Amino acid sequence: MKTIRNVTRRDFLKASGGLVLAVALPESLAQSGPGRTVLAGESAAAFTPNAFIRIGADNTVTVMVKHLEMGQGTYTGLPTLVAEELDADWSQIRAEGAPADAKQYNNLFWGPAQGTGGSTALPNSYEQLRKAGAAARVMLVAAAAEKWKVPAKEIRVSKGVVSHGNRKASFGELASDAAKQKVPEDVPLKDPKDFVYIGKPARRTDARAKSNGTALFTQDVKLPGMLTAVVLHPPRFGAKLKSFDAAKAKAVKGVQEVVAFSTPAADGVAVLAKDYWTAKKGRDALTAEWDDSSAFRLGSTEIMTEYKKLAATPGTSARKEGDADKALAGAAKTLEASYEFPYLAHAAMEPMNCVVKLDSNACEIWNGEQFQTVDQAAVAQILGLKPEQVKLNQLYAGGSFGRRANPKSDFLVEAGAIAKAIGGKAPVKLVWGREDDMKAGWYRPMYYHAIKAGLDAGGNLVAWKHTIVGQSILTGTAFESMMVKDGVDATSVEGAANLPYAIPNLAVELHSPKIGVPVQWWRSVGSTHTAFATECFLDEIARETRKDPYELRRALLTKHPRHKGVLELAAQKAGWGKPLPAGRARGIAVHESFNTFVAQVVEISGKKIERVVCAVDCGIAVNPNIIAMQMESGIGYGLSAALNGAITLKDGLVEQSNFHDYPVLRINQMPRIETFIVPSKEKPTGVGEPGTPVIAPALANALLALEGKPMRALPLSTQGLTFA
Amino acid sequence: MISLNVNGKRVQADAEADTPLLWVLRDYLDMTGTKFGCGLALCGACTVHVEGQPVRSCVTPASAVAGKKIITIETIGATKVGKAVQAAWVAENVPQCGYCQSGQVMAAAALLSVKTSPTDADIDAAMSGNICRCATYPRIRAAIKRASKGLQA
Repeated sequence: MKTIRNVTRRDFLKASGGLVLAVALPESLAQSGPGRTVLAGESAAAFTPNAFIRIGADNTVTVMVKHLEMGQGTYTGLPTLVAEELDADWSQIRAEGAPADAKQYNNLFWGPAQGTGGSTALPNSYEQLRKAGAAARVMLVAAAAEKWKVPAKEIRVSKGVVSHGNRKASFGELASDAAKQKVPEDVPLKDPKDFVYIGKPARRTDARAKSNGTALFTQDVKLPGMLTAVVLHPPRFGAKLKSFDAAKAKAVKGVQEVVAFSTPAADGVAVLAKDYWTAKKGRDALTAEWDDSSAFRLGSTEIMTEYKKLAATPGTSARKEGDADKALAGAAKTLEASYEFPYLAHAAMEPMNCVVKLDSNACEIWNGEQFQTVDQAAVAQILGLKPEQVKLNQLYAGGSFGRRANPKSDFLVEAGAIAKAIGGKAPVKLVWGREDDMKAGWYRPMYYHAIKAGLDAGGNLVAWKHTIVGQSILTGTAFESMMVKDGVDATSVEGAANLPYAIPNLAVELHSPKIGVPVQWWRSVGSTHTAFATECFLDEIARETRKDPYELRRALLTKHPRHKGVLELAAQKAGWGKPLPAGRARGIAVHESFNTFVAQVVEISGKKIERVVCAVDCGIAVNPNIIAMQMESGIGYGLSAALNGAITLKDGLVEQSNFHDYPVLRINQMPRIETFIVPSKEKPTGVGEPGTPVIAPALANALLALEGKPMRALPLSTQGLTFA
Repeated sequence: MISLNVNGKRVQADAEADTPLLWVLRDYLDMTGTKFGCGLALCGACTVHVEGQPVRSCVTPASAVAGKKIITIETIGATKVGKAVQAAWVAENVPQCGYCQSGQVMAAAALLSVKTSPTDADIDAAMSGNICRCATYPRIRAAIKRASKGLQA
């Protein structure tokens, strides 16, 4: 056990210790990591020009990353921006999770809130962190100029070395003098032609710690005297705890506490012990009675039946151009199709968890934090504190895919409620088992899409009427006022309401029924279903009109050069149009989400995916390697859902519980993927999500080409299709 | 009290006999590199070596492996194969969220210990018990091949 000091921004500004904790943590913490803890003997920071950079006398440059690292590469991409303008050496860069402080670390695309999501981490930081790096560089140069008595403009900085003639100094050597310099305002940024790191594949800062077991996740936090809480949730959403019998749980040797809790997210009973296994045995022995009078009691079949009825009625308009109804009535030919989508669990590898330590007037949390400002407010509310009394320590997240940014801060408030229920007498680590995680809800909503198209005598697409039915994710969340307009949740229709194809009469309508199953954003959100419905239907139209699916898209995208650009690049690299051996086929799809454009071509032979070619336009490619990784990851995640992903309900009970009945993609099912990046001078856009929605329609379109049968429901396993 | 041989050291844990090895490692011995993912041997995040074989520690009672040689992610890098695997993992930028990677590294090290030049089919067979939700699979495959080359050089 080592005594460590948790670094907060105030700590390093004051360069004096604040919160002193004794924590048993893995040994090698002296590397990049969220909430990286500094060993007590470590030297104080010498130079902190702003909230994002700390340069130590030991020559390390620590970048405070305001966004959660959940796999998408923020701890590499964001430090790259600082390193670029600072002209640091990549080897001296460290990444550290910023504390919760919305004044300094808000997401610039979200206004006054701190949080990670919507593929915004890099784009919203692009100028902010470059400016931070450039300002620090100016101050280091000024320090050297003063020391060497030479004009600042004659000083060079390259790869972490400040030099003038034969004189050289490291950042560490100049740090304390740089700290005395005036913080400059409005520092010019580099001309992109001078970029050293942006555009190059810098190695991930977290690769080593994540290959040797030392990377620290919430699951790994252990505080002195801490108890692990394992919970019993009601079997149905919205059920209330009526009574429980703790006797059998307390009879398990080692069980210390059995307490009931009630949060805005769920009721439940927690069993606490020093270790998980004891607490789990206690939980399994517990019996409880639930009041189902306000619980959700329907099944997926009934929900879908209801959605189909709704789709036949007029919905709220999300887009209207021309007169789609009239154009359909007058069309030479009409086509229609409907698409069905199940609930999906995020199923991050690290089941939800949270560590809470309560003091009389404060609360400290350790968590892979994706939603700082919302979580602070929610935890404060349940504990009767002010948001600023809730201190959040950032850790790596073992995946999230949206899940750790919960609209009701569900697992955080649960951990808080349990800590309160035991009177704050011990720190609490809430650990959900896989089953708890999978059955807790907060799914990608079920959706039903119905689309009608009208063709003129020449086979041209003249009308498109698209009706979407599914729960609103944003209603009731912090984003409602910003993103639910005139009854239309932007995330329910994104990818459909902004359909890029040139169709003169186009209508998109939405129904947002209220269903008692908690739902949430899931990697690429609305595009998870809109891309499938629109891109598959377009291929059905191409087939009906005997047009090439690629050429049809090109013809309809003349006013959307970036869509067209990725489409053409993917087609070219995949050899679109070149003859294939018998039994093989290709499918193509293109989609924009979060301002990033992605096209994919899938080549299949029978039930095997031979190859996926992916083209992406995300503006300036800050790190091509991370972009490729995120395309691969998004494709794998989307393919997993397309093949097998489904959460189903029967009489209000979730039918899946673990990876045996919610199968996810494994290595033997992962296709070969080739990623190509469109060169661009546009501002960078995110890559965490946009690879995900394109794979399912590209695969379905390949199946349509091969077998002539359109895929109109996901997952494909429900269509009798399996892929090896 | 359970006596174990973990990473070359004899250790004792005051755990009940039915406690899975995973929780003895994590909660009693403070070795948190081995991860909890499913509790049912479905995801492989908890993979350790027992007498050189990859074992899912979440379903293996610690008492059942008393006295056997247990190696975890904390020391696999001290072996020639483990070191090569970890170096390849970094070189290929395999990890994303990283939560499954301890198990992946242990599974890969076990594979390369018995098959120095695994084919794609060998990799599928040995690694398909290890789930990665970030789908780092293509890089896992490339890293295993890189480590294999390194071990033969």
